[in-house]
Amino acid sequence: MYTQGLDGKAERGVQSSPGASPRLVSAEDLHFQERIDAEEKIEPRDWMPDGYRRTLVRQISQHAHSEIVGMLPEGNWITRAPSLRRKVALLAKVQDEGGHGLYLYSAAETLGVSRDELVGQLLSGKAKYSSIFNYPTPSWADIGAIGWLVDGAAIMNQVPLCRCSYGPYARAMVRVCREESFHQRQGYELMLALATGTAEQKRMAQAALDRWWWPSLMMFGPSDDQSAHSAQNMAWKIKRFSNDELRQRFVDATVPQAEFLGLTIPDPELRFDDQTGHYAFGAIDWTEFNEILKGNGPCNRERIEARRKAWDDGAWVREAAAAHAAKRSRRALKKAG
Amino acid sequence: MDPETRQALFGYALRLGDTSLVLGHRLSEWCGHAPELEEDIALTNVALDLVGHARLLLAYAGEVEGEGRDEDRLAYRRDVLDYRNHLLAEQPNRDFGHTIVRQFLHDAWAVELYDRLAGSTDAGLAGIAAKAVKEVRYHVRHSGDWLIRLGDGTDVSHTRMRDALERLWPCTGEMFERDSAEDRLVAAGIAPDPAELRAAWNARVAAVLAEATLERPADGWMQKGGRRGEHSEHLGYLLAEMQFLPRAYPDAVW
Repeated sequence: MYTQGLDGKAERGVQSSPGASPRLVSAEDLHFQERIDAEEKIEPRDWMPDGYRRTLVRQISQHAHSEIVGMLPEGNWITRAPSLRRKVALLAKVQDEGGHGLYLYSAAETLGVSRDELVGQLLSGKAKYSSIFNYPTPSWADIGAIGWLVDGAAIMNQVPLCRCSYGPYARAMVRVCREESFHQRQGYELMLALATGTAEQKRMAQAALDRWWWPSLMMFGPSDDQSAHSAQNMAWKIKRFSNDELRQRFVDATVPQAEFLGLTIPDPELRFDDQTGHYAFGAIDWTEFNEILKGNGPCNRERIEARRKAWDDGAWVREAAAAHAAKRSRRALKKAG
Repeated sequence: MDPETRQALFGYALRLGDTSLVLGHRLSEWCGHAPELEEDIALTNVALDLVGHARLLLAYAGEVEGEGRDEDRLAYRRDVLDYRNHLLAEQPNRDFGHTIVRQFLHDAWAVELYDRLAGSTDAGLAGIAAKAVKEVRYHVRHSGDWLIRLGDGTDVSHTRMRDALERLWPCTGEMFERDSAEDRLVAAGIAPDPAELRAAWNARVAAVLAEATLERPADGWMQKGGRRGEHSEHLGYLLAEMQFLPRAYPDAVW
């Protein structure tokens, strides 16, 4: 899964928003931009502007945190999955997410930060993760809706990142995308079973779509006119498409899927526009989005509490592992000497 | 196959399947809550393998029984009295130390069992065991390494491991019980001899405990009953959670 474009807030010290006072442009800057324009990949040892490095650290770490926190809403249903086939699929999926978290922390570490530092920021509330994981999963159908919609939105966002200018991030995304598309198909197949099942199952599926539709659209981040870093990130080819473009693509791809399921999208303004060839849709409630980013979503507290508890309860285990490793290397030295 | 052997084989596959399912369920409770991301992935991975074994074993049990019960029917529509898992498997996770001790004591048995079962005269069991043994070899390495790391780690971790070992030890006797149904299977070359399993288990456990600087608890009174459907208080809650949806919506297909 994926962190949304959280580039809406201007960050102090990075003079990159359009209309901001121009930076001094150095020869290094120019050379860097030439390489970007030539579609060369930037690698860890290469020179890069501070702003580029900071933006990537923020984005990749938020992405990693989202994978880790994203294990919780789905993990919530592993012990209650209604068939063994569904249970193993869900277990495998959540395990993949842990793996995505690992790839992404490794990619972030190539930029000179440590994973412990980044995890510390998540636990202290300093770092963000995708707002979508602050919504609850009260029913089994939520697992299908997450696979179909949330992973669907993630794929829309992530496929272009496979061509992101920073090599380690782009390569991590190739692996992540392969697994994500599998999850998405599984999620859709789960929804299909519910939508073609008993009246109670269909009701469950509709209720899940009703709750996850708008939060999924919010995963693409603020609208383009509110997205302060968009222009710079596009120029650096960290971003390939704008938030609104990706959101539109997602709506266009997803509406027919909902129709196939016989479910209704909870948007009275949704209609196909013959002129543009796209679906037109209603306004997103940005107040809700901003409140969730501020920590006021239905599950913000539970999610962070769960992560902190895991970290605190596991302290003795990590300390023991470190102590054992130290003993082991002392013994090896003694033996060698 | 004569009806008695068939009945014994059904019961045997059910015990193995239930033990894997219940233990896999316990491990899956760790998802998102482990001490390290690597352990989150590892515990989930082991849980996935175990539920995979459970599916094969329960599907096979249903086939042997011949009454049309599939893996889900067996997993989701039997109550505590009809579950046949080892008591060890249903013990709560408590902390990471208890989870590792429970896992190691089980894995050390499972690796010996499946290794021998792969040579069973029953082709169905032999096939499942041949697949499972590859995975349980990985499991026993994982749980054994952690037992050593935590036993020979800090004073705190050593004490915790010693306590977990004391607490779980009385649940290990059941793994080597033998009843008349098993006598029949052993005689037919379908199941390995539990006495042989016990000897191999003892040797493996002793080696790892020594490296972990932990003492083997005394073999005192052993808790029994899981294999006959006499369970602890823990299993009822586990099944209530696991079976909720199929019980609440009996006509649904998921």
